[in-house]
Amino acid sequence: MTPAARAELNRRNFLKGAGALIVGFRMLGGDVARAQFGQAPLPGAPPMDQVDSWIAIAADGSVTAFSGKEELGQGISTAQQQLVAEELSVPFERVKLIYCDTALTPDQAYTSGSQSHPANFNHGNLAQAGATAREALLKMASQQLNVPVERLSAANGVISVKGDASKKVTYGQLVGGKKLNVVLDKNAKRKPASEWTVLGKPIGRPDMAAMATGQFEYVHNVRLPGMLHGRVVRPPAVGAAVVSVDEGSVKDMPGVVKVVTRKNFVGVVAEKPWQAMQAAEKLKVSWTAGSGLPKQAEFHESMRKQPSRDVKLVDSKDTEQTLAAAATVLKSTYYHPYQMHGSVGSSCAVADVQGDKATIYSPTQGVWYQKTTGAMILGLKPENVHVIFRRGAGCYGLNGADTVTYDAAILSQAVGKPVRVQLSRKDEMAWENYGNAWTIDERAGLDAKGNIIAWEHEAWTPGLGNRPGPETPGNVVTGMLIGYQPQAFRPGAAQEPKSYNNNSNGVPSYVAGHVGDKSQGTGTVKSEKVLVHNLVSPFWTGPLRSPARLQNTFAHESFMDELAARVKADPVEYRLRHLHDERVIGVLSAAAKAAKWETRPSPKAGNAKTGVVTGRGVACVAYEGDNGYTGIVVEIEVNQDSGKVAVKRMWVGIDAGPISNPDGLRNQAEGGALQGMSRALGEEVTWDEQKVTSVDWKTYHSLPLGFEIPKIECVLVNRPDEEATGAGETSITVMAAAIGNAIFDATGVRLRQIPLTPERVKEALRARG
Amino acid sequence: MSAISLKVNGRTHMLDLDPATPLLYALSDDLGLRGPKFGCGLGQCGSCTAIVNGTAVRSCVTPVSAVVGKDIVTLEGLGTPEKPHPIQKAFIDEQAAQCGFCLNGVILTAKAFLDKNPKASESEIQQALSGVLCRCFTHVRMQQAIQRYAKAVAK
Repeated sequence: MTPAARAELNRRNFLKGAGALIVGFRMLGGDVARAQFGQAPLPGAPPMDQVDSWIAIAADGSVTAFSGKEELGQGISTAQQQLVAEELSVPFERVKLIYCDTALTPDQAYTSGSQSHPANFNHGNLAQAGATAREALLKMASQQLNVPVERLSAANGVISVKGDASKKVTYGQLVGGKKLNVVLDKNAKRKPASEWTVLGKPIGRPDMAAMATGQFEYVHNVRLPGMLHGRVVRPPAVGAAVVSVDEGSVKDMPGVVKVVTRKNFVGVVAEKPWQAMQAAEKLKVSWTAGSGLPKQAEFHESMRKQPSRDVKLVDSKDTEQTLAAAATVLKSTYYHPYQMHGSVGSSCAVADVQGDKATIYSPTQGVWYQKTTGAMILGLKPENVHVIFRRGAGCYGLNGADTVTYDAAILSQAVGKPVRVQLSRKDEMAWENYGNAWTIDERAGLDAKGNIIAWEHEAWTPGLGNRPGPETPGNVVTGMLIGYQPQAFRPGAAQEPKSYNNNSNGVPSYVAGHVGDKSQGTGTVKSEKVLVHNLVSPFWTGPLRSPARLQNTFAHESFMDELAARVKADPVEYRLRHLHDERVIGVLSAAAKAAKWETRPSPKAGNAKTGVVTGRGVACVAYEGDNGYTGIVVEIEVNQDSGKVAVKRMWVGIDAGPISNPDGLRNQAEGGALQGMSRALGEEVTWDEQKVTSVDWKTYHSLPLGFEIPKIECVLVNRPDEEATGAGETSITVMAAAIGNAIFDATGVRLRQIPLTPERVKEALRARG
Repeated sequence: MSAISLKVNGRTHMLDLDPATPLLYALSDDLGLRGPKFGCGLGQCGSCTAIVNGTAVRSCVTPVSAVVGKDIVTLEGLGTPEKPHPIQKAFIDEQAAQCGFCLNGVILTAKAFLDKNPKASESEIQQALSGVLCRCFTHVRMQQAIQRYAKAVAK
């Protein structure tokens, strides 16, 4: 399936009778938006097949574009503005982009899963609306000027006759603020990349100056007349329930307006934020004991014994025999912890619920599902709930955005006035939907020449909740506190796969991916088996940048390095030997070339066993098999006395199809790589018997700005004739394995558990001797 | 509550506040400024930074009573989109942001430090930023923007 076709799949109604699929996708840790919530647009949304839903041309010739894919900081709004300017032949500055407002924009489900670039830059949606509009304008001009379309050209919002520029008409004159009334034409011609003058250029972000000067309005800055401030009081332990709330404990505090209790949801509304915070601190709430948490030290191995819902992705049915006949069999187990989105600004929303109507300003990735689930929790009709996206701090997936939106809505409804809620740091970190933890077994057989002849991947991952989707507010903590259930978990045995699904890189890049009568994987290994066990998590989970893809890739790419080392092969050459997909080969080769990769096996010969040593590591990914590609080489230093790992240089090869904005792509590649480095080296959710204990920046370890930043060289691989793919989640996906592989290269020790902390490095070095 | 006089971006404001109120809320709620932001409320991330008498402070843990009569500067006090301050311009030119939420703390911390230490080395600048978080990890560009400003200050 092509990236565009998969993005289109997002649109289809999967919900009817698709319960099993929902659980399957969720439990795989995948981004459910692509399948589970890929339903038809909600009633009331502008029709997807009408150009007017996407583009409006005013009498003065200015263009307004409407998109269902929002700006989260990833730069997609700039690229979308470029796309519309390009297809319509108008200057970039003349295009205004409005995104994710349920009263104005098309329903494009979530902005997630690296789906914005494929959805809006290929053969449908915004891109095709632009192309259709241009053709419609040319036809209108042809009639008005009485000249055939072939003799017309469009530039700067003016259509003129070729060779006689005095004969012309502007878009404003042609349309004049009226509707185009044209259906999206699948055959309208997109401009070829070779003719681009706006798209493909490194245009700076229009929001940059406002952000740098403190003028930009984040959701945190939304201020409505008469607005009050809310603060929530979350349970002190996982599973704790409200016994009683002593409203009298805060009633004399200045500014306190109301204490709101709804089942296990408790909140305070006050006139000012500081008053609300103090009241929430002081409010006496009696809670039941928590339900208890499993021991963290034993958590990963305990996964193997849990009831599970199993999903099989590929099975050639011959791996046991092939492994039995192999010259060498290797097996390794990899562990990845729960990690947080950890947005730098805790989540915030503003809701104004008045009678039977609500207006909600939210940083959610899915305004349409906030509309339907917001209506559920408020007991209102969905058509009376208006949700407007306002940017929050970078979310990287399902942070506290949806839950805080419910918080604000519940509190606003209780007081009948607009209420702004911003979560405390602890409330954000203790209750967000974490990126899933994983335990992954990899097993492979090699022939006498050292080639891989069989590969088995078996993984265990616990999940609970997810994005709320159209009707599951219980998938995030606030929904659960007011009595909704998270999506159901049903254990069950794996079915035989009927069609190929890479499923969040569950399938390694090096296997054939053979299902039915076709091989759709990117690799050569024919004897293959991939089995995933989905379990119930004690914590909320949900998509975190490169969900499941990152953890699976850590295992695959570390294991590939182990195999190469076992047969003393060069790690790049060994990868290339087992790949046939030219795009993943392309990014891997680009990174290796930029790094001046020296062909040799790991570990590096001659490194001392004490002091600081250097090493290099490589990893690559075809994100979800075909939705974006990155190859990376890193150079690191390992201090063998302190166990500290410092990444010194990186070379990133990245391919997202035709490059829409090279500077934006580079920004995503750099940021993803460094975020991946922080997650690989330090980030881990921790807990005790009752509660999460990583609840601030002292207990959850993100790399700050003050570390020595590695030198990063990005090689942008442009593929103007391919489909646009995802771009923002590929470099982060390969970092952990690349660093782990470099540690092995430098020291000869293999680390198989993230994060790669100094303690773990030292422990491994001690065992090495 | 008591009358508190705050001098912010060159203008004096009389506010009726609990003296224990952290400066952040006076700036972002009473004065409606968008630069200083609540990130953690614990002084750990830098998002709330304001410059008080030339020094970068964490306004989320600084009571208003401690800054009465002092010169308080926020991100919007430096420059405007049309006429950005040189350090803001450096960030714009380098496109040094993703979500942009942390920019307030990054820019003000770097500015306060470099204005006091115009000859600071790269590693000293890094040290000065060791308590500031950017979770989008726009570090490469931010470092380039800060270096650009540092060179201008050093001249």
